[in-house]
Amino acid sequence: MEALELDSPALEGLRAAGVKLVVPLVSQGELIGLLNLGPRLSEQAYSSDDRKLLDNLAAQAAPAVRVGQLVREQEVEVRQRERLEQELEVARLIQQNFLPKELPDLPGWQVAAFYRPARAVGGDFYDFIELPEERVGIVCGDVTDKGVPAAMVMAATRSVLRATALRLSSPGEVLAQVNDLLCPDIPPKMFVTCLYGVLEPETGRFRYANAGHNVPYVHTDAGVVELRATGMPLGLMPGMAYEEKEAVLEPGESVLLHSDGIAEAHNDRREMFGFPRLARLMENGGGSRLIDLVLTELDGFTGTGWEQEDDITLVALQRSAGAGIVASANGAARVLVEFTVPSEPGNERLVIAQVAEAVQEIDLGDRLERLKTAVAEAAMNAIEHGNQNRPELDVAVSVVASDTELRVRITDQGGDRPIPEAETPDLEAKLEGLQKPRGWGLFLIKNMVDELNVSSDETHHTVELILHLKGDGSAS
Amino acid sequence: MPASRFDASVRRQAGVAIIDLTGEIDAGAEESLNGAYDQAAGDGVGTILLNFGDVDYINSTGIALIVGILAKARKDQRSITACGLADHYREIFEITRLSDFMQIFPDEASAVGDVTLGTTGR
Repeated sequence: MEALELDSPALEGLRAAGVKLVVPLVSQGELIGLLNLGPRLSEQAYSSDDRKLLDNLAAQAAPAVRVGQLVREQEVEVRQRERLEQELEVARLIQQNFLPKELPDLPGWQVAAFYRPARAVGGDFYDFIELPEERVGIVCGDVTDKGVPAAMVMAATRSVLRATALRLSSPGEVLAQVNDLLCPDIPPKMFVTCLYGVLEPETGRFRYANAGHNVPYVHTDAGVVELRATGMPLGLMPGMAYEEKEAVLEPGESVLLHSDGIAEAHNDRREMFGFPRLARLMENGGGSRLIDLVLTELDGFTGTGWEQEDDITLVALQRSAGAGIVASANGAARVLVEFTVPSEPGNERLVIAQVAEAVQEIDLGDRLERLKTAVAEAAMNAIEHGNQNRPELDVAVSVVASDTELRVRITDQGGDRPIPEAETPDLEAKLEGLQKPRGWGLFLIKNMVDELNVSSDETHHTVELILHLKGDGSAS
Repeated sequence: MPASRFDASVRRQAGVAIIDLTGEIDAGAEESLNGAYDQAAGDGVGTILLNFGDVDYINSTGIALIVGILAKARKDQRSITACGLADHYREIFEITRLSDFMQIFPDEASAVGDVTLGTTGR
């Protein structure tokens, strides 16, 4: 150190600290440290032997020090990752805590919802708000950004929305108010897209407003229509107005609210799942069946090993095909069950099982077996003749009970093929081999139930089986 | 189509060929039901008893299969009887008038006894 002639503050510092000799620690050509030695205890200068010894020591110590450094760097990294994971976990917890724990029970409606966070949790949310006069508020929203900040904003939006929805009945006014309340508090560059609608389950009336969220789809007999209404996302600027519109969801129609995660999912060829594909899927079913269809289609589209890019939220409601009857004919009528089965041979058994379970509460006595036979035959006809055993076509079944009657409706999509009249088969001719042995289905159905109604439109056949009940809900 | 949940086996007792039917008589039963009839008829008996004791489901296709068996038996000049039908299916046999063409007994003993006494057979 004394021999060095360098104008360096570092050198000055080392000298001041009493350092007499510096040995560089070099690993793989990289200086990773210095060995600083003070004066020898004997106060003599370091000899060339000493230096050689120190050189050897440095050569061996350097890799060891390097390993130590790497271990420490890694430890820091792990701690950082853990902190990030923990943060994601917190975001996930916030989000899950503020999503509905259960779905509303709306008479005459099938309600289904699905939420799956991406790994880096986005800010999706949905909500059902119980409102006065048996109305229900339906929310589907998405906070820009991810992680804890998005989750916090989501939680705040949800609370403000709930409180406002209970005070104001107009969806447009609700969004305007929520926007004004959020604006001062929301972090810069963050905003919330949100669809808010109010449904009257009994009439199917759906009033809605939209703060820049994806447009909901409704499946009607005329095809899939979009529920458009204009409005800016929440939290960008105060004083915004939100257009309010109204739709009436008729019996059998279904509506889908959805977040970006689904339509904007990419496959490994960088193609997008797309809105048209999502809209088309509406034609094959509503409610939970639709959600299953969408997820299956998405799996097929993205393939295995896909890492979900964004949160996925789906809210699907379907109005029962029998809902019209319920509303008009008898206030006391209830939908006992409503479901669909794919048109595969043998699936009439699924129909029998579900109908039998649904009517358990009604004491049908011997007539349960008769109903099961009629349901089996009607379901078989729907699967084989109406839907031509095409599994992609559904047979829809609804069971509605009032005090005086039990109605089972079985609908297929073979409206262009007429259902023949139920004739009494000519057994003698069949035994003589003059007629085919088949052709018992409709005859059996007719003899098993009190009334058999057949109706068709351009696309559907519906067979309605009716059992008359005594006033107390048991079999007559 | 799910695997057939039907089985038919043939045995003889006191001059009667008995076909024991098990499970569900629907489209999936066609082959084994017709096979069992041919086997039973091969013995040259005058009466074939269909034992429905272990049958829990019959649909319209099943009815058509039974009509087919009855038609064959008529051609072969054999008589078909039935036993062990659950109340619901007995009612269906009446509604479809199958019971006009096959005598229905409550159980195997009465069906076999009837034949050995010689009151059945056309």
